[in-house]
Amino acid sequence: MKLVRKKKKNIGSYSSSSMSDIVFMLLFFFMVTTTMREEEVKVNIKLPEATEIAKLERKDLTCYVNVGTPMIALRGMYGTDTRMQLNDKFSTVDDIRDFVAAKREQLSEADRAQLTVAFKIDDQTRMGIVTDVKQELRRCQALKINYLANHPGK
Amino acid sequence: MAKRSTPELNASSMADIAFLLLSFFLLTTTMDQNLGMPRRLPPMLEEEQEKPPEINKRNILQIHVNSVDLLLVNKKPMEVVLLKEEVKTFLSNPRNEEDKPEKEVKNIELLGAISVGKGVVSLQTDRGTSYRMYMAVQNEIMRAYSELRDEFSISQFQSPYAKLSEDRQEAVRGVYPLNISEAEPRDKGKKR
Repeated sequence: MKLVRKKKKNIGSYSSSSMSDIVFMLLFFFMVTTTMREEEVKVNIKLPEATEIAKLERKDLTCYVNVGTPMIALRGMYGTDTRMQLNDKFSTVDDIRDFVAAKREQLSEADRAQLTVAFKIDDQTRMGIVTDVKQELRRCQALKINYLANHPGK
Repeated sequence: MAKRSTPELNASSMADIAFLLLSFFLLTTTMDQNLGMPRRLPPMLEEEQEKPPEINKRNILQIHVNSVDLLLVNKKPMEVVLLKEEVKTFLSNPRNEEDKPEKEVKNIELLGAISVGKGVVSLQTDRGTSYRMYMAVQNEIMRAYSELRDEFSISQFQSPYAKLSEDRQEAVRGVYPLNISEAEPRDKGKKR
């Protein structure tokens, strides 16, 4: 018996030219959505290390207090002493009240009690300024705080 | 002149290039996970409000950190690495010692009547204490608490604290409530 080879069906080669379009679309999506940082940090911050830390939930309810020494480029203007930065601006403890009030204003009525103040503080900072900030927050009734830290070895 | 046919551009490598870029962005953009230690500040005391009740001395573990980051626990100097064990024995008071916190029997859901220590960890810093030291001390205290909670939940529910259900976690928290009191800092060390 003769083996009859079946005729191969001609599978039409499919066009992959649209693949690049799809990939580009994804690429643009990622490029646009990933905001690298919400605010420009103007102080040097090396977070302290801690192991008993948890993920910060609800970023939209969080405002950040940055404390550290000004970046080298800004030292001419602001000196080398520890400074506090709120919302892109160098501030003093007295500005916290307005800062918290402005953040509260943005939140809905239900979320206001959940407002968290996250401390991004350089580990060489002295406790004096940290305590001043905490006292001011107590006066503003912003009692939920979070000390940001790094996990060692991560 | 005859028109030259333009050669078709091979676009198949475009996808590769785009993939390369895509994977670069996927890998480099960390979604910026912030890790932190949550705390609750005590509300400001009003003038007319009466002062909180005095706490019996044996119920307080006094931790002082001075302006050069040296640690004093109940007026005795100590290294940070030993602090966790000290806090643990203080809070649990396994041998019911006289100078460690007293216990009272409380009714806790899921557990029934159980003796709960009344220990309070008091942390006092100086204005000159470094934030690194402060966080190290806070971390050690927190470690003591979580180890106690873990030990308790393993003996009680046969699984670590983090894996318990919400109401069981609350019960364990009731046995070892987080009692850290922060006193106003002193200003003994000179400002530097």
